[in-house]
Amino acid sequence: MQREGSAFQGLGVVMLKELSDHLTSVRMRVLEWLVVLVALAALYGAIQQIKDTTAEDPFLFLRLFTTSRDPLPSFVSFLSFLVPLMAIGLGFDSVNGEHNRRTLSRILAQPIYRDALLFGKFLAGLATLSISLVTLWLLVIGLGLLLIGIPPGAEEIARSFVFLLVTIVYAGVWLALALLFSITFRSAATAALVTLGIWLLITFIWPVLAGAIAQIIVPPDPRYAALGLQTPGTAQLEQILSRFSPSTLFAEVVVALLDPTTRSLGPIYLSQLQGAVLGAPLPLASSVLIAWPQIVGMIATAMVLFVIGYVVFQRQEVRA
Amino acid sequence: MNEDTVIEAKDLTKNYGNAVAVDHISFTVGRGEIFGLLGPNGAGKTTTILMMLGLTEISGGEVRVLGFNPAREPLSVKRRVGYLPDTVGFYDNLTAADNLRYTARLIGFRFAEREKRIADAIERVGLGEFADKRVATFSRGMRQRLGLAEILMKGAQIAILDEPTSGLDPHATAELLGIIRNFKAEGVSVLLSSHLLERVQSVCDRVALFSGGKIALLGTVPELGRQVLGGGYVVDIEADGVGLAERLALIPGVSGVEKTGIGKLRLHADRDVRPEAANEVVAMQGRLKFLGVQEPSLEAIYTRYFEAQPDATLKEGTLHAA
Repeated sequence: MQREGSAFQGLGVVMLKELSDHLTSVRMRVLEWLVVLVALAALYGAIQQIKDTTAEDPFLFLRLFTTSRDPLPSFVSFLSFLVPLMAIGLGFDSVNGEHNRRTLSRILAQPIYRDALLFGKFLAGLATLSISLVTLWLLVIGLGLLLIGIPPGAEEIARSFVFLLVTIVYAGVWLALALLFSITFRSAATAALVTLGIWLLITFIWPVLAGAIAQIIVPPDPRYAALGLQTPGTAQLEQILSRFSPSTLFAEVVVALLDPTTRSLGPIYLSQLQGAVLGAPLPLASSVLIAWPQIVGMIATAMVLFVIGYVVFQRQEVRA
Repeated sequence: MNEDTVIEAKDLTKNYGNAVAVDHISFTVGRGEIFGLLGPNGAGKTTTILMMLGLTEISGGEVRVLGFNPAREPLSVKRRVGYLPDTVGFYDNLTAADNLRYTARLIGFRFAEREKRIADAIERVGLGEFADKRVATFSRGMRQRLGLAEILMKGAQIAILDEPTSGLDPHATAELLGIIRNFKAEGVSVLLSSHLLERVQSVCDRVALFSGGKIALLGTVPELGRQVLGGGYVVDIEADGVGLAERLALIPGVSGVEKTGIGKLRLHADRDVRPEAANEVVAMQGRLKFLGVQEPSLEAIYTRYFEAQPDATLKEGTLHAA
């Protein structure tokens, strides 16, 4: 027998309430300022660099995102590191906060299902992140227009827009992770620490570990080493391992999208280069195609994390 | 299901792994009745309540709330039942009215009706002047009253209150019990749980005493008193008059007379013998200063019951874990 009514009854109400909570919270304001200031710094560096070089570049506008000038990293690398922080900051206490405020059983005693509460919280978090990221994106484009003085082409706008969407998906992955731990851990502090720990592990330690593990499993061939090359087997395994991290996936997508000359996101064999015009830009659709597995991978990760959280939440006792 | 029955539980059971939290309990609550679930912490009261609201799975047995099965039709149940959880919480950053607005929108009230209901409910629990204050500044008693306002606003047919008076000072408790009595006056059935026996005794029509996940005793307080305390009425009388004790002992139904002080007597009887006792005093031209009957107290019933069954209290210990 099916349960009565819709699982999404009350979804909109929950989402709007959470959204207004997010947008008015001090935490969000701090995160926004952090992002805006950091982005401006990166952008300033990029623009200086671009002005200095003034090379003939058909995709000058996209350089805004990827160019860096010492000591500042590029806008994209800033984002790949701040977006998870923002997402974790928004999500780490969403469910255990209701427990600790003892509001959960009162809210669930209203005619809604738990589904609506969880979906509402996730969507509100994602909406908040989207609002911030869209604002940031417009800010970058506007500043670029003002400071470089060259209008971006349709292709560049389209590429940066897809990049924006992918960044929102990337934020969704971390939001889903934060939500999952906010369900499993009753203490908000524990949830925040564990989520941040996993973020550190995945983003900074895993790439190094992936290389080490790959070398253990497939020891490098001395003949390649003698030529100063990576052993193909080792390199492949390292890439497979490092792609378990959403940060790697995001970085690869960014390269494919913002650098139109990217033809592959992995080792290329000479045979694959037959007939290729090196350095010639690919059309947007082809670039998206190259990054498609990574994009799907990120969406799938977010969904899997959310589903695990959903199942745990459905079976959880509501009492404090 | 009877017309006047709003809650009907039959062999309701809840297991957590091997631990039994609620063990085959059966009871009914009538329309407009105040029904008390009483017992120590961990005896299964809250679990029973959560099962009635469909907030936790039922391991066995059946419960019907207003004719609905909470496991299968939770929305229908939750639309008609108001719930005040143990130590109710609100969003501290929102005002009292905004907190209720959120719930009202979850229930699905339209704007005009929503505002009217909220203002009305907040006024009725005496929080009118605090409606636009942030809940962060509220005392515990005010939060409990706001919780009751939520139930009023909802227009619930049943109010389920989990430990509504715990942690409140006597004044706040009295206010809260007053509001609960008003529920009854409006035909709302009230099911309340408590471990503070003497406070809820005064409002409950019937009580179920929980122990180790079972209902140990069920009935009105005087019924339970007769059942457990051996059916005695105790009448205290303070009067002067020579040979009064002897004359009182002759009243039919009086089984013993005890001298408890100067001019003070205590009668043990199998019924309420106050009228006859008063007659006797007046007949011998004595001065009647005090005449009172001791209501059987739940506390006494409870203590006596568990003295008689020590293993029942022993089992509780294992259930605290659940």
